[in-house]
Amino acid sequence: MAPYILRRMVSAIAVMAMVGIFVFLLIRLTPGDPAAVMAGRNATEQIIAGIREQLGLNEPLPVQFIHWLSAMLHGDFGTSIFSGRPVLELLLQRLEPTNSLSILTLALSVAVGVSFGIQAAWRAGGLVDRLLTVFSAFGYSVPVFVIGYFLVYLLAISVAWLPVQGYAPIEEGFGDWFSHLILPTIALSLPFIAFVARVTRASMLEVLSEDYMRTAAAKGASSYAMLVHHALKNAGVPILTVIGLSFAYLIGGVVLTETVFNIPGVGRLVVDAINNRDYPIIQSVLILTSGVYVLINLAVDLAYTLIDPRIRY
Amino acid sequence: MISSANIDAVPTTPLGLSNLPRLARRYPLVLLGGGLLMLLIILALAAPLYAGDPQNMDPFVRLQPPSAEHWFGTDNLGRDVFARTVYGARISMMVGLISALLAACTGLLMGVVAGYVHRFDNVIMRVMDALMSIPTILLAIALISLTGPGIGILIVAVTLPQTPSVTRLVRSVVVSVRERPYVEAAVCGGARLPKVLRRHILPSTIPPLMVQSAIVCADAIMIEAGLSFLGVGVPPEIPSWGNMISSSRVYLASAPLTIFAPGIFLTLTVLAVNLLGDGLRDLFDPRAKRRR
Repeated sequence: MAPYILRRMVSAIAVMAMVGIFVFLLIRLTPGDPAAVMAGRNATEQIIAGIREQLGLNEPLPVQFIHWLSAMLHGDFGTSIFSGRPVLELLLQRLEPTNSLSILTLALSVAVGVSFGIQAAWRAGGLVDRLLTVFSAFGYSVPVFVIGYFLVYLLAISVAWLPVQGYAPIEEGFGDWFSHLILPTIALSLPFIAFVARVTRASMLEVLSEDYMRTAAAKGASSYAMLVHHALKNAGVPILTVIGLSFAYLIGGVVLTETVFNIPGVGRLVVDAINNRDYPIIQSVLILTSGVYVLINLAVDLAYTLIDPRIRY
Repeated sequence: MISSANIDAVPTTPLGLSNLPRLARRYPLVLLGGGLLMLLIILALAAPLYAGDPQNMDPFVRLQPPSAEHWFGTDNLGRDVFARTVYGARISMMVGLISALLAACTGLLMGVVAGYVHRFDNVIMRVMDALMSIPTILLAIALISLTGPGIGILIVAVTLPQTPSVTRLVRSVVVSVRERPYVEAAVCGGARLPKVLRRHILPSTIPPLMVQSAIVCADAIMIEAGLSFLGVGVPPEIPSWGNMISSSRVYLASAPLTIFAPGIFLTLTVLAVNLLGDGLRDLFDPRAKRRR
């Protein structure tokens, strides 16, 4: 077990190092002069030189890398070109809306996706199963900003049941916070529900044909007990894996959703950073989200042993 | 196109119009997705024949509801939404097709090298792991924010995050095929590496590659629209679905069709490509269909 954890951690660090090198080289190897692009059209040579200095682009490449890396490892993610404040501070301010949206989306996707998938596998070829086929075809194909505006039009403009956009902090009241997040969560969840449901269904189908399922049926277990205790437990590993892997995709969706619903989260910070040509913010979000992705997948790999005691490394 | 190894797996129904009903029963998704896609491509290509000028502004007919003259109404600058929607299909499909082609070629090359040349396997696959861990949209935003917007960088930004999935797929096929007896026999028989690759290994990668390319194409169309929606995709003077939705956002309540028309066409296009991909998978691997 211990050697496995160690090996897995080393490979996670290797991937992170690769991401770091990649992001580091991105700005240095881009054709043209990124500092000039960031400074904008009417910038003087002096301003461009100042930005180049601030980004540390004047030194030799290896020296730049060491400075850059040690700053990152010390938690210094640079200073925003636009506002002049530390990037980390700006990020932390925006974390609550993004976390709320992500966690609600994950909860909804797992709850609906897993039950949908179980139902579809239980009566494969039946009504629920065919419904899932149609639903997943649409879930994969509707962009979040299309379904988002559609939901807003339907439920917030035609009938004013829910707020059109915006965000209410949770400390100002749970109800307000929740009602602002209902539409964004549904819009963002659709592809994930489809994804989780499909994987659950495939994974359950495999388990349902196992001998121990026949044994469970023979000893008279109820269908609920059979599905949840005997089948879902064994089908859990692939389901957990795809949830981990879909995190990178979730972040892309969060950026779009926050723009549609005008939620002041990390995604909006990035989109505003594009308009202000504020590369330090974009770079930091890139590194941090990849870091979270790698950590989540590391945790998922290690969690296998908890779900499935047969897995021993 | 189909390798000898896979030919047994594909039911030999002669292609022809007389067989259309039979084909439709056997591969409904290929026909449905392919047909819908063909229709949308024809609509896009023939746009100059039946639609007005997508750039023509008329300040006197701003945000009009649908009428005989403007089928989908007009936008905030008095431009015809129908014309802009069908012209918008051109840029989406172009980006989708080029990205799918580029990602397939790059992924094929990298996958074959990683699968066949043991020395490069680890390096290539770790680079792909790293690329996969960066959210697609963020990677594209970072690239474009460094160079400024443009079609070329857009295609690079859309393609780059798609290559890992193709590379992984091709590598897994190559790794499993190269140990097969017929490949070993060819190598023992003195076949040179290019011939082994061309005759014995590449053909097996084609069917899964085609399915994956459809998925990549659908994703690319979605990402392009998303980036244009965020303002970092197609330059604003070109009508594209993402640009249209982005510039009509504030008119959702007064002129919903300015958002829904491009939105529905975008969804239909992605759906058509996805259905085609699902259909191709059934066609190449009938066992998978029976399992479903």
